[in-house]
Amino acid sequence: MSGALFEIGLRHFLCVSLFVFVLGLYCVLTRKNAIGILMGVELILNSANINYLAFSHFSSGRYDGQVFALFVIMLAAAEAVIGLAIVLGIYQNFATIDVEATDNLQG
Amino acid sequence: MESYVLSLMIFLPLVGMMAVLCLPRQAEDLVRWTALLFTLPTFFLGWWLYANFDGSTPDLQFVVKVPWIASYNINYFVGVDGVSISMVLLTAFLCPLCVVASWGIERAVKAYFALFLLLEAAMVGVFCAMDFFLFYIFWELMLLPMYFLIGIWGGPRREYAAIKFFLYTMLGSVLMLVAMLVFYFHSEYSFDLTRLATVTKSFSADPVLFGLNMPQILWIALFINFAVKIPAFPFHTWLPDAHVEAPTAISVILAGVLLKMGTYGILRVNYPLLPEATAQLAPYLLGALGAWNIIYGALCALAQCFLEPKDLKKLVAYSSISHMGYVMLGMASFTPQGINGAVLQMFNHGTITAMLFLIVGVIYDRAHHRRIDGFGGLAMVMPIYTGIMALAFFAAMGLPGLSAFISEVLVLLGAWQKYKIPTLIGAATVILTAGYLLWAIQQMFLGRPREEYAQMHLSEISGRELVTLVPLAIIVLILGVYPHAMLDLFDASLRHLNSLVLAAAAQGTAIALH
Amino acid sequence: MEHAVLVSYLRWIVLLPLLGAAVNGIVGAAIQKRYGKGAISVIACTVVGLAFLFSLRAFLHLWGLPPEQRFLLDRLLYWIHIGDLNVDIAFWVDPLSAVMILIVTGIGGLIHVYAVGYMHEEESYWRFFTFLNLFTAAMLTLVLADNFLLMFVGWEGVGLCSYALIGFWYKEHANTSAGNKAFIVNRIGDAGFTLGVFTIFWGLGAAGHASAVFRDIVPYAHHLAEISVLGVPAATLAALFLFVGATGKSAQIPLYVWLPDAMAGPTPVSALIHAATMVTAGVYMMARLHFLFSLSPVALNVVATIGALTALFAATIGLAQNDIKRVLAYSTVSQLGYMVLGAGVGAFGAAIFHLMTHAFFKACLFLGAGSVIHAMGGEQDMRRMGGLKEKMPYTFWTFLISTAAIAGIPPLAGFFSKDEILWKVFASGHRALWVLGFLGAGLTAFYMSRQVFMVFFGECRADHHTRHHLHESPPVMTYPLLILAAGALFAGFLGVPAALGGSNRFEQWLEPVFAVGHGHGAHAVHHAVEPIEYLLMLVSVGIALAGIFLAYLMYYRGSLSPDLFSAAAGGKPYEWIYNKYYIDELYYATFVRLTFFFCWLGASFDRYVIDFIVDGAARVAAFLSWLNGWFDNLVIDGIVNAIADATFALGNRLRQVQTGNINLYLYVIVGAVVAVQFLPRLSSDILTTILFAVVVALIVIGGAAWVFARRPLWRPPVLRGGTTQSH
Repeated sequence: MSGALFEIGLRHFLCVSLFVFVLGLYCVLTRKNAIGILMGVELILNSANINYLAFSHFSSGRYDGQVFALFVIMLAAAEAVIGLAIVLGIYQNFATIDVEATDNLQG
Repeated sequence: MESYVLSLMIFLPLVGMMAVLCLPRQAEDLVRWTALLFTLPTFFLGWWLYANFDGSTPDLQFVVKVPWIASYNINYFVGVDGVSISMVLLTAFLCPLCVVASWGIERAVKAYFALFLLLEAAMVGVFCAMDFFLFYIFWELMLLPMYFLIGIWGGPRREYAAIKFFLYTMLGSVLMLVAMLVFYFHSEYSFDLTRLATVTKSFSADPVLFGLNMPQILWIALFINFAVKIPAFPFHTWLPDAHVEAPTAISVILAGVLLKMGTYGILRVNYPLLPEATAQLAPYLLGALGAWNIIYGALCALAQCFLEPKDLKKLVAYSSISHMGYVMLGMASFTPQGINGAVLQMFNHGTITAMLFLIVGVIYDRAHHRRIDGFGGLAMVMPIYTGIMALAFFAAMGLPGLSAFISEVLVLLGAWQKYKIPTLIGAATVILTAGYLLWAIQQMFLGRPREEYAQMHLSEISGRELVTLVPLAIIVLILGVYPHAMLDLFDASLRHLNSLVLAAAAQGTAIALH
Repeated sequence: MEHAVLVSYLRWIVLLPLLGAAVNGIVGAAIQKRYGKGAISVIACTVVGLAFLFSLRAFLHLWGLPPEQRFLLDRLLYWIHIGDLNVDIAFWVDPLSAVMILIVTGIGGLIHVYAVGYMHEEESYWRFFTFLNLFTAAMLTLVLADNFLLMFVGWEGVGLCSYALIGFWYKEHANTSAGNKAFIVNRIGDAGFTLGVFTIFWGLGAAGHASAVFRDIVPYAHHLAEISVLGVPAATLAALFLFVGATGKSAQIPLYVWLPDAMAGPTPVSALIHAATMVTAGVYMMARLHFLFSLSPVALNVVATIGALTALFAATIGLAQNDIKRVLAYSTVSQLGYMVLGAGVGAFGAAIFHLMTHAFFKACLFLGAGSVIHAMGGEQDMRRMGGLKEKMPYTFWTFLISTAAIAGIPPLAGFFSKDEILWKVFASGHRALWVLGFLGAGLTAFYMSRQVFMVFFGECRADHHTRHHLHESPPVMTYPLLILAAGALFAGFLGVPAALGGSNRFEQWLEPVFAVGHGHGAHAVHHAVEPIEYLLMLVSVGIALAGIFLAYLMYYRGSLSPDLFSAAAGGKPYEWIYNKYYIDELYYATFVRLTFFFCWLGASFDRYVIDFIVDGAARVAAFLSWLNGWFDNLVIDGIVNAIADATFALGNRLRQVQTGNINLYLYVIVGAVVAVQFLPRLSSDILTTILFAVVVALIVIGGAAWVFARRPLWRPPVLRGGTTQSH
């Protein structure tokens, strides 16, 4: 399309990234479901990715940001694996993945 | 031997105390004999001391002075001079007699004799100590055994009496501690009683408190301490209670030795260290108060003859207060006769009152009460006891031919020069003294025997009791005829004290009472 | 004085009776049990007899010396030497004390012999003689002492023995009370005596010659008149103090009250102590110190006045007494009054003369009374006696002689001595005192004759039983009576005055002693004989005869009834006299009760004021410590506990952060990260804005989360077929 009206600039990507980050934060902070929390974490990581890409594209013009984004995706995947393993462990012990159930260390 | 004799006299009883503590509790007789055995060295050393003491000089003799706690300049400094020799001899003489008199103690015998030996060591120590700190230590050390001896082996109100005695004396000791520390700091850290005399010059003569200057305040603080022990009115009320509740031998030691520590302390501490204050304050606090003591003690003793509780021991206790008043009056006179009479009276009163308390003990052991109106006609039942009692009572009355007469007449003769009214009171009180003693004799010993005596099993005085009384009686008789046996010991030292005070008085403003 | 002859036998005069007392006192009971009472009497009488022999030797020794050198000194023991006070146990004989020791040992010895018979049935025989010997030793010490302090030893020693002997039969309360009274009243005198000694000592000391030894005081005594003590010349003060002592010992007004009560003791005691020796100690002391009294006219006047008053006063009381010994007791007080009167006008020699004659006849009277009492089986009331002269001739005749002597009938001893005193009183200008003495003499004659008539004449008024047992006393009792009566008869001839042609050897003998003092006390032995002396002699003999005659009419003939006098003026005067003017009751109501009041005051003060303060202090201390403890528990411990509680509460609150809720943890993590990252980089106002914004956002989000996240607590679901995990 003709981008004359809405010039998509860095700002827009950053806003999107911010929006995704807040969404991810909101999920992390408020969801009861452990997997939901992990999804939130994914969202946060991805928002960071968008940030990398946007800056890489609009500011430096090189490909450092994209490389970092690939690393982050890989790390996100690894971390999701571990996180899901923990969730599995929780499920085995508590028969649920509601994080409110894991309050044994309550003071 | 010369230098060790005093230390031996002080510490052998302590060794005895250790020995007694090591004995098994059940071996009561062994404990008693061991205690007696360990009072005997002090007794015999006393005789040796008597024979070898040089009465012509006012200096200290048999001195031992070694550093003890060097960083505070505290020395182990013991010695005797004329002022203390008679008291050391009195203590050495009375303690074996008291051990014999305590033979009848049944309860916790080991503890009793251990405490008694500790008491003896402390008493000899007080009289020998020439370092103020050492003096203070021995002074305080006396209190502990007395508290227990009265509080455990005493009569019905013993706890009250013991704690009263203890706290009263301790109150005085605190004042002495403060004074001692004042001297210490003002004299560049010295406790040496022979050197502290120079300290008074460093105090200014300006009034500090209630119009009294510093030396006078110190004098009063020390005087209150000693006044509690004399006991001087109005610090005397512990004495009747303590005497009534204490067991016989403890009453003997209390009256015979401990009361003398008060006046001894005044002569040892107040006179040499604060001569000017002495000259200014002694007319009131020693002279007038002494005369008041004399008559007040006699009145209260007479009251015992007809007012409750009519306790014979209380009567003797009040008579002690009366007789110590003579000592105070004599000390305040600053004449050779007066002060010699005062120290001789200290010795005589020690022996005579010891006899009186032993006599009370004899009848109390048999009848288990001491009510003056609870007896009558004892002369028929116990004639030998009556004879000894008569000797003791007439000695207490100051009958000429017995020792107390000489000391009383010397005191009054000496005091008449300076104080007319107090001496008049002192001379007139002999009437009251005769009154209460004769009335007590009449109520208890004369008249017809009571029917209750059959149940009381009043046996005649036993050999053991005679052993405690006869030596004292002999001394009373000998000193009545040959008083220089004692007077020669302290004449020189006492004149020296007098000269100190009179010299200070000549410089300052001495107040003479008329 | 410097020529005193040093001897070494004077000590035995004192030591022998003392030895006797010691032996009898310590082992007397055993001796009596083993060897009987005879052994005791032998010991007792022998020592006094030997003392008498030594006294005689001393007397003869003195007689052999020229008059200015009649002084013997025996130093026994080094006694007290402190400062200026230098006194030894030393005995000193001059003419005055020679007379005294002869009287004491001689008459005392006779009384000892008499007592062997009188106390024959007494169980405590040994105790009696112990004290009798001890008394003798003490009296001799008093007389022989060369200094004040040794004299005082004897002074109080006789007081002690008097106490012991008056209360000898101690089972009766009245006897022991009498003993107490004697000792205590004497002590009042003793207090005065000691103060007198002190005044002399320091008075002389102010003049540089302090001494308590008599012979050292005499030369310097005049200084005492120059020095003032308490505003009064020292001589006067000392003399008055010493006179207080004499008043106590010699039973003058106001301290005489012990002597009548002292009759409770056995009669030999009354004879020895209260007639012949102890009571004379006061007079002797004044004679010894005549030089002092001479320095003070005031004191002499006081002495004379009191002596005269006592003489008359006691005589009036003696009129109405019915106890045989009481009459004699008041008579003694009265005669002592004469002696004191004599001393008070400076007639010391006459006073001592009367002392000597009085010793003879009064001892004889007392022993005679004892004889009567012994015969009557203990009866002492004269109203139950009578007609004894046939049954007891020796007693009667000796009693009669002695009565005549005391009444002042010439040529018996009492006439010379009493007249000498009365003449000296008159001649020295004390007319009023002479009148008192004169009246007293008349009354003396009256009541003594009354006694003779009531006891020995007329019908025997005793009951049948007693009458049957009336008998004369054994020789051991009558021989002393005879010897004493002989003395009463003839002793007067030693002192026949110049007026009657004699040379008054007695006064001559004593002259060296009394001439030494300064002042107007020394009387010349030979003074002009004046006609008025004869007149006075006649008058006094006249009144004596009148008194005897009156008694004769009243008690022998019965023509005058005694009721006439006892009922006179409404009976009140008689009642007063009979009850001794209620003096004893007065003393009790005032002095004694006052003393008791002060005792009560003192004892109560002690218990309720001082101990109140002491116990109150203890209570205050206890209260303060309770308060302190309460404060400690409540406040201090409260704070400590509160801190602990606060910590606990804070911890409690803080642990609630550990909710176990992962969401919250993450929330916190995020917040922390934000804070750590952003806050340091921002400028302060943006920081503030963002801080504010963040805080608000956190609160909003947190609040929203909390609100929407409030769901019921999770509960483990119930799984079918699976394991239910519970935690």
